[in-house]
Amino acid sequence: MKIATMLAAGALALAACSSSTSGTTTTSPAPAGSASAKSDVKVGLAYDIGGRGDQSFNDAAARGLDQAKTELGVEVKELEATAGETDAQKEERLTTLAEAGYSPIIAVGFAYATSLGAVAPKFPKTTFAIVDDASLSEKNPNVTSLVFAENQGSYLVGAIAAQASKTGNIGFIGGVNVPLIQKFQAGFEAGAKSVNPNIKIQAKYLTEPPDFSGFGDPQKGQVAADGMYQAGADVVYHAAGGSGGGVFKAAVAANKLAIGVDSDQYLTAPADQKPVILTSMLKRVDVAVYDMVKSSVDKAPLTGVQTFDLAKDGVGFSTSNDAVTPYTAKADELKAQIISGAITVPDKM
Amino acid sequence: MIGRFSIRGVALSVAAPLLAIVFALTVTSLVLLATGNAPLGAFSTMLAQLEKPRIQVNILNSATTYYLSAIAVAIGFRMKLFNIGVDGQYRLAAMLAAAVGGAIALPPVFHVATIILVAMFVGALWAGIAAVLKVTRGISEVISTIMLNFIATGIVAYLLAPGRLAVEITGSNNIGTKVIPESGRVPGLPIIPGTPNLVFGMIIMAIIVGVGYWFVINRTRFGFDLRATGASETAAVASGVNVKKMIIVTMLLSGAVAGLVGMPQLLGDSYTYGLDFPTGLGFTGIAIALLGRNNPIGIAFGALLWSFLDNTSNSLEFDNVPKQTVLIMQGVIVLSVVIAYELVRRYRIRMVASDVGRQLDAELVTTAAQGGSA
Repeated sequence: MKIATMLAAGALALAACSSSTSGTTTTSPAPAGSASAKSDVKVGLAYDIGGRGDQSFNDAAARGLDQAKTELGVEVKELEATAGETDAQKEERLTTLAEAGYSPIIAVGFAYATSLGAVAPKFPKTTFAIVDDASLSEKNPNVTSLVFAENQGSYLVGAIAAQASKTGNIGFIGGVNVPLIQKFQAGFEAGAKSVNPNIKIQAKYLTEPPDFSGFGDPQKGQVAADGMYQAGADVVYHAAGGSGGGVFKAAVAANKLAIGVDSDQYLTAPADQKPVILTSMLKRVDVAVYDMVKSSVDKAPLTGVQTFDLAKDGVGFSTSNDAVTPYTAKADELKAQIISGAITVPDKM
Repeated sequence: MIGRFSIRGVALSVAAPLLAIVFALTVTSLVLLATGNAPLGAFSTMLAQLEKPRIQVNILNSATTYYLSAIAVAIGFRMKLFNIGVDGQYRLAAMLAAAVGGAIALPPVFHVATIILVAMFVGALWAGIAAVLKVTRGISEVISTIMLNFIATGIVAYLLAPGRLAVEITGSNNIGTKVIPESGRVPGLPIIPGTPNLVFGMIIMAIIVGVGYWFVINRTRFGFDLRATGASETAAVASGVNVKKMIIVTMLLSGAVAGLVGMPQLLGDSYTYGLDFPTGLGFTGIAIALLGRNNPIGIAFGALLWSFLDNTSNSLEFDNVPKQTVLIMQGVIVLSVVIAYELVRRYRIRMVASDVGRQLDAELVTTAAQGGSA
């Protein structure tokens, strides 16, 4: 779903800012001279509710698409969902794109799973991809699943939060209480406990499904974070999309720390909020979208379940705020252990 | 004179919605022009969609759902009861009915009937809470039904968790109730040629509900009492209507129909209540009930118009026209319909008053003349 991401500005810079120092990167650098390249690939992107400009999950996908457009010269078509629509209407959207010859067609969000499951078999020659869902690729060879190990990235920021906390009390704010966000929470709590087994963790979800406003309501984020800081927390991690802005405001007011999500929110926050954004858990939806398009341009589309995890730098944490430096050694150590398999991060509460 | 008046009346009632739509088109055109898009191009793009069989099926299917929702709202409206809670009622009903449907095994027809009855019961029960609060404590149903929407959201969220009523779907971030087996599904109707997509079988249920609504409201003692209470509560009380009982029964009926709102989607397409189950249909119903003036035929047109706009908005986006244009169009249509009818209503009252005045004058003259000759 819509986990926070920020503005398109600095999309390229982000790739360089990713905390990782080792490991293979999935973002292949654009070959020289490709900026003026022209490709006959037509990319269709079907957004979830909110679409481009939601300052969140959809925007991350849009950023990957923009990068593909400028670097690979692909033609793009973007369509977005309407609140309250049915699977039939989602099917119609995907079918329209498929009939118009778009391939790959990337569906952004697990809400497309049912409709894509119905459409994909009707267009066996079209390449489809879906973000945040792994239930389709097995039955449909033309559907690529783009999924993320959010729990791994959250584990690392959990370890950072536990180290940075002086009160031994930290907080987790989820946008909407759905399994996907619970995965963030599970990783975060496990990571924090790996550093300090006695740490107190406050957890709160802003809304319950089907009310998805928790991903776009800064006011709710601010109230929830405020409550946590008053109850003794000194670091709060949010996985609440657009509501995260409120969490940062509360952190400024309380003079405590916060952790961002999806994009490096330090880079896009207003100047007064920068110092309190200790780090951000990176979920590179943009990388996934770009890689998908790139592989199609290269005539070898990604297939099956593509998991963007720590090993692939599909998730991670940002280091653009110097304040995080004292804690990164431990986090990098844990990262190596997760990649080697020495640590298995839980993915549900 | 009476005949002339009713022809004028019919003309007026047709003129109102037409004027409203023309007005809405004008406003939308201005918005499109202001945003640098060609209005005619946008409208013809949408109209061209009507030729596609797939779109036709989608329009009928969405309209079925909208229709049920609008009827649920209209039942309350006829008695000046604002059931804003149709949204919560149908979601809670659909979720519990889906859970029951997935958990039991029954022969085909009974299975479907059980699911539908559970949905109607849950919807009625949820609306009934607001009714009881109103008759015992005088709490406005507007407030209580809105609150109950939130509570329904909370209950659904609590129950829709693995280990409670939901099952996990491997590899998916979605969760839903156990899938309803074949025996609990309503088969689709292949009435639109040229596409494998089927029209919801529940469209028949929607038609039955529409006819039932018309019959109960216009042809029964209960319907008369309901309309009387809506027109003037004090007058209704004076004529022996038990208003408290009317409130309870009306809300229960409205809730029971609200319980049906999720059924076409559940029994005809989803077969499970998951995170992607359509939301907000209760509010669409309010708009369409206003649009259709609580009239079963008017609501049918309103539902089809709304559904047409919703299902063709994708095509706008494909032509790089913002699909939010459709939201503006829908909003303006509802507003202008409400305003147009209010204007027509006032005009009518003035007409009736002047007609009556003229008649009285004429009678006075006659009486005076007769008196003079006596």
